Amino acid sequence: MDRTSPDLARAFRLGIRDGLPFLIVIVPFGMLFGVLASEAGWSMAEMMAMTILVIAGASQFTALQLLSEHAPLFIAIATALAVNLRLAMYSASLAQEIGSTPLLGRLLAAYCLTDQTYGISMNRLALGPAMTQRERLAHFLGGAVPVCIPWYFATWLGAVLGNAIPPAFALDFAVPITFIAIVGPGLRTLPQAAAALVSVVVALALASLPYNLWLLAAAVAGMMTGAMTEIWLERRKAGNESPK
Amino acid sequence: MSDSARIWILIAVVSIGTYLIRYSFIGLVGDRALPPWAARMLRYVPVAVMPGLVAPLIAWPQATGGVTDPARLAAAVAALIIGITTRNVLASIFGGMAVLYLALWLIG
Repeated sequence: MDRTSPDLARAFRLGIRDGLPFLIVIVPFGMLFGVLASEAGWSMAEMMAMTILVIAGASQFTALQLLSEHAPLFIAIATALAVNLRLAMYSASLAQEIGSTPLLGRLLAAYCLTDQTYGISMNRLALGPAMTQRERLAHFLGGAVPVCIPWYFATWLGAVLGNAIPPAFALDFAVPITFIAIVGPGLRTLPQAAAALVSVVVALALASLPYNLWLLAAAVAGMMTGAMTEIWLERRKAGNESPK
Repeated sequence: MSDSARIWILIAVVSIGTYLIRYSFIGLVGDRALPPWAARMLRYVPVAVMPGLVAPLIAWPQATGGVTDPARLAAAVAALIIGITTRNVLASIFGGMAVLYLALWLIG
């Protein structure tokens, strides 16, 4: 970036601060990938390449699982990419916030776009105060620092420690707990709660669909529910306010 | 094909594909105004995607071989309630994991 104004630096620092709580989940999550990949016989180069280049935990676990089961290569690739399709929806959402910032910043933002960095950014935007697009980008990239860099390090640490972590720590469940902790604070309105509930019901009902299609179905059903509930609430409000 | 070749091909294709997915709207579409219905749908992306992603992991945990586990269920409910009431990510994670360890200790 060409010139850093005080406001951009401040937004960047605020992003780092907003992202710091996620260290507590990134580290065990990344370590778990290192542990499981080394158990599956992956070399350090293989797991570090994946963790740095793909940098999307859910798809990394999916790919690891499918390759270990000796699934066909194209199935493993297609499923890992399907898991990451949700990132296109984050991309569309984030484009509304930072879409006219310089190209270099957007190239970098695309690389760090994850569940966590997206959540950090949206939580801050929901709280305000109003930020310019460049400040939003600076805040987003700040939030990515405590998420992405510890991710690499944690994978390496997990690979080195390997089997030293006893199963009693139930690290497997750090992953779902993380996602719940990201969503819970964002459930503020009726349409949001309805969207989340429908997403859960559809995902569980269609869980037997292959290729993670259940996830796409749940996402689309949840989004439609949220939008329709919002329209319904607006109409009801308008109906109440108009003279009878 | 050797296991290592399979891993490297997967890493190459998935990393490029994932980057293009991430770059799609940020890079190519930008902040041109979306149709109102699309903007309305996008507001619900986080609450529509993550609960669906996480629900099967909670209902049928891998660690128990897919058998529903009361301890993990209790931990998930605790994390959700704490998250909604405190609006604090860290409190939600710590609370959820604390309930998990407590429930595993009580039940196990």
